[in-house]
Amino acid sequence: MANLSLFLGCVIPNRYPGIEKSTKLCLEKLGVDCVDLEGASCCPAPGVLRSFDKATWLALAGRNIALSEELDRDLLTICNGCYGSLADANYEVKEDEQLKKDVNSHLEKIGRSIKGDHEVRHITEFLHRDIGPEKIRDIVINPLELRVAVHYGCHLLKPSKGRVGSSFERPVFFDELVEATGAKSVEYSDKMECCGAGGGVRSALPDEALALTGHKLSMIESAEVDCIVNACPFCHMQLDVGQVDLNEKTGTSHNIPVLHYTQLLGLALGFSVEGLGIDLNAVVNTDFLMKVLSE
Amino acid sequence: MSLRNEPNLISLMEGTGSDILKCMHCGVCSGSCPSGRHTSLNIRRLLKKARNDAGVLSDDSLWMCTTCYNCQERCPRGIGIVDAIFEMRALAVREGIIYPEHRKVGELLLEHGHAVPIDEENMAKREALGLAPLPPTVHSFPEGLEEVKKLMASCRFDELMSEK
Ligand code: SF4
Ligand code: SF4
Repeated sequence: MANLSLFLGCVIPNRYPGIEKSTKLCLEKLGVDCVDLEGASCCPAPGVLRSFDKATWLALAGRNIALSEELDRDLLTICNGCYGSLADANYEVKEDEQLKKDVNSHLEKIGRSIKGDHEVRHITEFLHRDIGPEKIRDIVINPLELRVAVHYGCHLLKPSKGRVGSSFERPVFFDELVEATGAKSVEYSDKMECCGAGGGVRSALPDEALALTGHKLSMIESAEVDCIVNACPFCHMQLDVGQVDLNEKTGTSHNIPVLHYTQLLGLALGFSVEGLGIDLNAVVNTDFLMKVLSE
Repeated sequence: MSLRNEPNLISLMEGTGSDILKCMHCGVCSGSCPSGRHTSLNIRRLLKKARNDAGVLSDDSLWMCTTCYNCQERCPRGIGIVDAIFEMRALAVREGIIYPEHRKVGELLLEHGHAVPIDEENMAKREALGLAPLPPTVHSFPEGLEEVKKLMASCRFDELMSEK
């Protein structure tokens, strides 16, 4: 199994710290050798900052990757956006010698360099490939009787160029991880559609973003699930805060709990709702909390 | 609006592997686009516009793409559609065409090394969870933040984000 360094990014430590906590609790329980990637910055965010200037995007991503290379560890992300930026930057640098030189000409000024000799991993991809759903099932002590709407999110799977395995049209690995906790992954229409937040749409065009989110939520709602499970704090924020925004702006009454996979797994491993920060969401659904507590 | 160093958007984009002239207008991209279902973005038309109209850089729909990559994955001609969007957006930003909210994201990055920096409320949440109030990122490592700032200066990102 790979030795890892944990890359936090911005949204997790600074808006949804429960996800940081639950990740650490789960990795420890699984006996994974993972240390904090100290001094890392924004990945930088793929949709906005890559849109503004590719050189800056690559230089900052290059520094984050270099920090992990210096520890001789693969870099572990728990966010699709961070994964999108860092895995794509790593791939581009490995493929293109000239580009690597360009990035290193900036990194030189801070006494670092990117070699491209390590991998960038995503927690769901890592758990599925290196641990496996069977092993997870074996250590679950609190099998969850929940109906779950799995939201993969875009940048976990796409661009597929340079990414490992999995079909982007009909992936199953995340559903398998969810079902390893005892929960049922429920099919719903437009499951693979975007949450609406990416590409800077949430930050500059919130109404457009909410139009996509509203559609996705209505599809999820008609599948009568207990909660949404995602692999990305940015999707998490859009699907969570977005419900409150939509309720205010359009008079809907959405009330669906949103969990990062590590929070779902944490519950199945016997950790508490508060310990995992599930109660820190914008949407707090007491029926769900009662259901989880009584299990 | 006109481009300062004379347009030729197409030739600028060719370097990115986004040969949009190969488009056969099948419409698979627009049909796959989740944003296009709910907003005025028509990605096929936007790419067509990019062939000969520099006005595409100030087209509102350029920023409605969530970069979900559906279109690019499915395009039968293998056109780097999202790569082309990135390139057009970067050109627009260099022309000073940028939403104030996006400029703000750039400024936050310049100042904190994070596009979404920590605040009091979340420091309290962290502590309640038994985590350190500041995460072990550049928020806890000022010398790391200095490195990030040096890199952004080296790339002239500070100049790019300053008001034009
Ligand atoms: S999918 Fe490709 S070829 Fe078809 S219209 Fe879109 S860009 Fe053109
Ligand atoms: S990447 Fe953008 S243009 Fe392409 S399908 Fe997704 S939202 Fe539409």
